Amino acid sequence: MSARALVEVEDLNVHYGLGRHRRQVLDGVTLSVCGGEAVGIVGETGSGKSTLARAVLGLVPISAGRVVIDGLDVSKASARQWRALRRAGVLAYVFQDSLRSLDPDRSVGDSLVEPLLIQGIARAAADARARAFLDRVHLDADLLGRLPGALSGGQRQRVAVARALVTEPKLIMLDEPVSALDSANRVQVLEILKGLRETGVALVFISHDLGSVAGLTDRIAVLYQGELVEVGPTRAVINAPRHVYTRLLVDSAPTLRSAAAKRSARESLRALLNP
Amino acid sequence: MAFITGTAGRETEPATAAAADPILSVRDVHIRDQGTGREIVHGISFELAPGQAVGIVGESGSGKTLTCRAALGILPDQLQVSAGSITLAGHDIAGLSGKQWTGLRGSTISAVFQDPSSYLNPSIQVGPQIAEVIRVKKKVRRREARDRALQLLRSVRLRNPENVYSQYPYELSGGMLQRVLIAAAIAADPKVLIADEATTALDVIVQAEILDLLAALREDTGLALVIVAHDLAVVAQLCDQVLVLRHGEVVEHGSTADVLYRPRHDYTKLLISEHEQYGLDRFLDSPRPDQA
Repeated sequence: MSARALVEVEDLNVHYGLGRHRRQVLDGVTLSVCGGEAVGIVGETGSGKSTLARAVLGLVPISAGRVVIDGLDVSKASARQWRALRRAGVLAYVFQDSLRSLDPDRSVGDSLVEPLLIQGIARAAADARARAFLDRVHLDADLLGRLPGALSGGQRQRVAVARALVTEPKLIMLDEPVSALDSANRVQVLEILKGLRETGVALVFISHDLGSVAGLTDRIAVLYQGELVEVGPTRAVINAPRHVYTRLLVDSAPTLRSAAAKRSARESLRALLNP
Repeated sequence: MAFITGTAGRETEPATAAAADPILSVRDVHIRDQGTGREIVHGISFELAPGQAVGIVGESGSGKTLTCRAALGILPDQLQVSAGSITLAGHDIAGLSGKQWTGLRGSTISAVFQDPSSYLNPSIQVGPQIAEVIRVKKKVRRREARDRALQLLRSVRLRNPENVYSQYPYELSGGMLQRVLIAAAIAADPKVLIADEATTALDVIVQAEILDLLAALREDTGLALVIVAHDLAVVAQLCDQVLVLRHGEVVEHGSTADVLYRPRHDYTKLLISEHEQYGLDRFLDSPRPDQA
């Protein structure tokens, strides 16, 4: 491999519940993300997309398989090792609901500065960096003193992106970052994320919306019922999908073309998926 | 019986019906907030013939939902249609009594909204909730209502309709609930169905399934559709004409092809460019039909 893998997921299995409630959520998932690469993970609700992100971030226990981050096998890492890894700021993440990912009682400025202070950066330098990153997401420095609740959804999600960026991580994991936003805000956040690509940070973009994933990623991985059914270059996956589920996903995306012709195609794909 | 079940492919009939007899006409409707005196909707007009579909797009707060609520006679208390008129199946709705409305809702005009779970009783199985609509509206016996409800659950393509019939709302996914709601909405054979952001909260695949279902209902039964969405592409899937609303005003109204491929207003152009930037179209190798 030319570029070194930043994240390697090998034969990953995750289940929730015990005994007869045991449910396999991820089944033998293998995927790697290299430095500077952008990978999209698409699939429907319940396909295991978010669980995959959470497993990589150490937020859900792994039943089998391996996760290696920046050369370190984290599958069996202790809580302490995880804390050190998170403080190092290698990985950052942005979730769908910005209201929940930001502390509601902490001002925008404090939220941005906190991870830097933890890393031992001096207050003045941290403040300057917070301002710079707020500017990177096209927000005014006036917002530094505001609480998350006083911002619009689009502004808040941009603050969440700025907070993820502030430690200059090697990889940012984005779980449905624009699904809750209206189309104008959606485009704005996606533009910011696209701008990030030039800084060399790797992106993992999780979404059920193939359109927004397509504009940002080099490769797409398709998850269906906990299994990775297809991985390939973005353009190839969209224009020549191999798995039935991927074909249905592509044919279901609303486009400005007339849909009439696609209706019968979708009917037959559905019949193939649910015999 | 006025309700005629048509067959797919009868393309010419809706067109002749359009000229003769719109099922829903909205003429220069203005909606005013009586409390503040502020006008929120400034003159919306469209006509809908049986078997036709009209799409209403615009950002939140543009007046899409209020226009639909006015047509359903369910505007919030302080809001009023201050000018213009709405005619539903030949009735001017301004003069309708509560009792007349009860007669029209469900059997002439019906609606589904964004959040299906809030329209179902959480403590009653979904099947009996649909059967109840049929029993009241169609004045049939329980047994017959049950059979018809099962048939409806099948017609909205729910797998295992017998199982779904006796399930509670919490046991069903969002897409299944929205299908149950559509089954309830069409239970009394309405002529007009309003779908207000009915697929917004759903996954793409489920959204396409619901839109396909509405298209099939329209073809098979002559149901007229009002599709409200903030996503232009959703509307483009199945509407003949599109209204683009902004701040309570219609900035553009025309055939879907004209609005999509020859937009005149800057706001419509903006909506299209937003979609083109991050919709799937740009990444598909085959050209758009108008460019082919």
